[in-house]
Amino acid sequence: MIFSHASVLTRQPVHGARSIKRALFLIVLVAASLQAQVSSDRLLKSNQEPQNWLTYSGHYNAQRYSTLNQITPENVKNLEQQWIFQARSLEKFEATPLVVDGIMYTVQAPNDVVALDAATGRIFWTYSWTPEAASRPCCGRVNRGVAVLGDTLFMATIDARLIAIDAKNGRPLWNIQIAAPEKGYAMTLAPLVMKDKVIVGTAGGEYGIRGFIAAYDVKTGKEAWKFYTIPGPGEPGHETWPANSNAWEHGGASVWVTGSYDPALNLTYWGIGNPGPDWNGDPRPGDNLYSCSVVALDVDTGKLKWYYQFSPHDEFDYDATQVPVLADIQWQGSPRKVMLWANRNGFFYVLDRATGQFLLGKPFVEVNWASGFDAKGRPQRVPGMTPNNQGTLILPGNQGGTNWYNPSYSPRTGLFYIPTWANYSSLYVKQEQEFVEGRTYGGGGPRNTVPPGVRTTVNNFAKEDEWYGAIRALDPHTGEMKWQFKMTDVTDAGILTTGSNLLFSGGREGYFYALDARDGKLLWKANVGGRVISGPMTFSLNGRQYVAVAAGNSLFTFALKQ
Amino acid sequence: MVFAQHEFTPADIEAGRQLYTNTCLRCHGPDGDLIKDADIGHGKFRRGSTDDDLVRVIRNGIEGTPMTSSNITEPNALIIVAYLRSMATAAGTIASGDAARGKTIFEGKGTCTSCHRVLGSGSRIGPDLSQIGGARRVVELQRSLVDPDAEIVPANRMLKLVTRDGATVTGRLLNQDAFTLQLLDSKEQLRSFSKSNLREFSFVANSAMPSYKDKLSSQELADLVSYLASLKGF
Repeated sequence: MIFSHASVLTRQPVHGARSIKRALFLIVLVAASLQAQVSSDRLLKSNQEPQNWLTYSGHYNAQRYSTLNQITPENVKNLEQQWIFQARSLEKFEATPLVVDGIMYTVQAPNDVVALDAATGRIFWTYSWTPEAASRPCCGRVNRGVAVLGDTLFMATIDARLIAIDAKNGRPLWNIQIAAPEKGYAMTLAPLVMKDKVIVGTAGGEYGIRGFIAAYDVKTGKEAWKFYTIPGPGEPGHETWPANSNAWEHGGASVWVTGSYDPALNLTYWGIGNPGPDWNGDPRPGDNLYSCSVVALDVDTGKLKWYYQFSPHDEFDYDATQVPVLADIQWQGSPRKVMLWANRNGFFYVLDRATGQFLLGKPFVEVNWASGFDAKGRPQRVPGMTPNNQGTLILPGNQGGTNWYNPSYSPRTGLFYIPTWANYSSLYVKQEQEFVEGRTYGGGGPRNTVPPGVRTTVNNFAKEDEWYGAIRALDPHTGEMKWQFKMTDVTDAGILTTGSNLLFSGGREGYFYALDARDGKLLWKANVGGRVISGPMTFSLNGRQYVAVAAGNSLFTFALKQ
Repeated sequence: MVFAQHEFTPADIEAGRQLYTNTCLRCHGPDGDLIKDADIGHGKFRRGSTDDDLVRVIRNGIEGTPMTSSNITEPNALIIVAYLRSMATAAGTIASGDAARGKTIFEGKGTCTSCHRVLGSGSRIGPDLSQIGGARRVVELQRSLVDPDAEIVPANRMLKLVTRDGATVTGRLLNQDAFTLQLLDSKEQLRSFSKSNLREFSFVANSAMPSYKDKLSSQELADLVSYLASLKGF
């Protein structure tokens, strides 16, 4: 490749502005072919090189929208499978791969980084990290992907380590312990690199950890700052935890999904998980900041600029661990920098991302725990809707109206797309529980309101009106649903939208499919034989657009027939 | 019920039944009466009798017996207790029957094999009953015979569909997704359909099984129940 472009260059006579422009274009091509380092500037402008996928969510705004448009509603029926990477792992495959100049980087769960040829799926190298036996992530030994800067990849591990890896040969460059796995700390998210820092957060909300978000120097791994998601004594917000109690020290507020970044505001946004114990709020009276909140942090210092708490004093495991999606839209006649957020608690939110001002909150699924909001955007709890010893039926149920599943915003359609669990409830039971370091600290639990086995790989139990999965498309200006695409089973799949009005997603039923993003019409589907528990992504190579998605234990890529 | 300290809802009892089936039934049996001197399906407990006592036994086990400690949470243990309480209340009196005579009725007068299969003989259209005695309580077996619509296990529901060309097919739904469904039809054929090729499809509201309330005498019913209760698999 390098030689062919070089020879083209040498044969091109350079005459006039047009030729210069063409030569510059070819130089860019050569640079790309040479696999130039991923500079901070490239990350800032990643939406200008849609052939690559340089961050977990594709771009700092986390819209999961690509301007690639070779695959269209008209020709999407001609997609065919190009290659499959079969992971040597039976864990859930939740990673979104990166693609950097023809090289794909993904994670084979729990913590093996794999470099693949994005055109053929052939493996260049694998870096394997064996997590400590003491690691105990609550909900699967999973990983959601890597970050890149320069020639370095960054992986967060389930034994709470952050590892820097040479992208060319898979050799570790540095490896730091950031928390104690035996205490329940774990990391499952893809890190996010901003400027000269790599930022991560810790999972462990079911183990009574004290969550934090922290930034590390990309060259050395030295800690640059740490923001505790539960304020300590003397810090603002500490008063939302009980006085004369150490509940705040093991109050959870984990971080397990990657944030987003607005370079103009110099703010990075992260969603914070549930307080602990999850289902019994008695030991922790108060709002329990910053659990179930979004926090806006100064990238350079980690200082809190603003926060908004979606679910004060949560008792339903309503983690706010969704990806903050940033969009610039017209809001009541004026341009506004907003954040779009479909929360696990069943409400869709629009916030001003410069100030945190609450602009809109509206249910996108059936909700019975809150009746609305006050003027400041605080949810109004419905009396009696709280876990008790007998079990209280709450909508949405424990997995939420949505969860960590990647949403998408298409500036082309102006719609916000949500992987949705519709008509879904749980019976919430409360119990007393003592905190013991390193052990689960739930204080009760949810029970299903439909028989077990209803949602299994064999799906012959579902009644018509019981839970179902859907892609729901919302108008962010009003929260009104414009259309929905219903599935028989629920879904854990993320969403990708493209510049040709396509929407890609999947579900538990083992399909990967394309919808028309304008009206939800099914345009194409492929049976990938396993649950899609990841976000699809797209890239382009040698003039050909690819779409990739993990399903079951494999990664599938598709492109148009040639 | 004298010793119960908790009010239980029907949802608790149903959830408890599922937990009991998954964790207790193998040793205690569907009627809770397989362990000598511990007929827990009829409220006869050897170690304590309050809800809290029973929760403790379920979680901690009984030293020196096959009843080992478990990782069942306290709320889950409590709803198992809810189910045990309901079992005792609903146990009722069942007439004793003769399993051998019941087998003759099953294969003859009752024409049960026209829908059901036992140890390789009979039709596959209805549920295979080879292990039904290890899975269902005697009262449940009797109820299914006299009032088949009282409870239809979701997995056993019949589906009726009409294809675009007007053909009607009835069968037991085995699987489905957003685009397709799979069933065993009334001719015992495994069939798969694309939902886009169907005019309509829905579950049949009632059980395909007739009531035997007026078809068999009470002694014949007792014999048949005894036979079904004896079916524990190979």
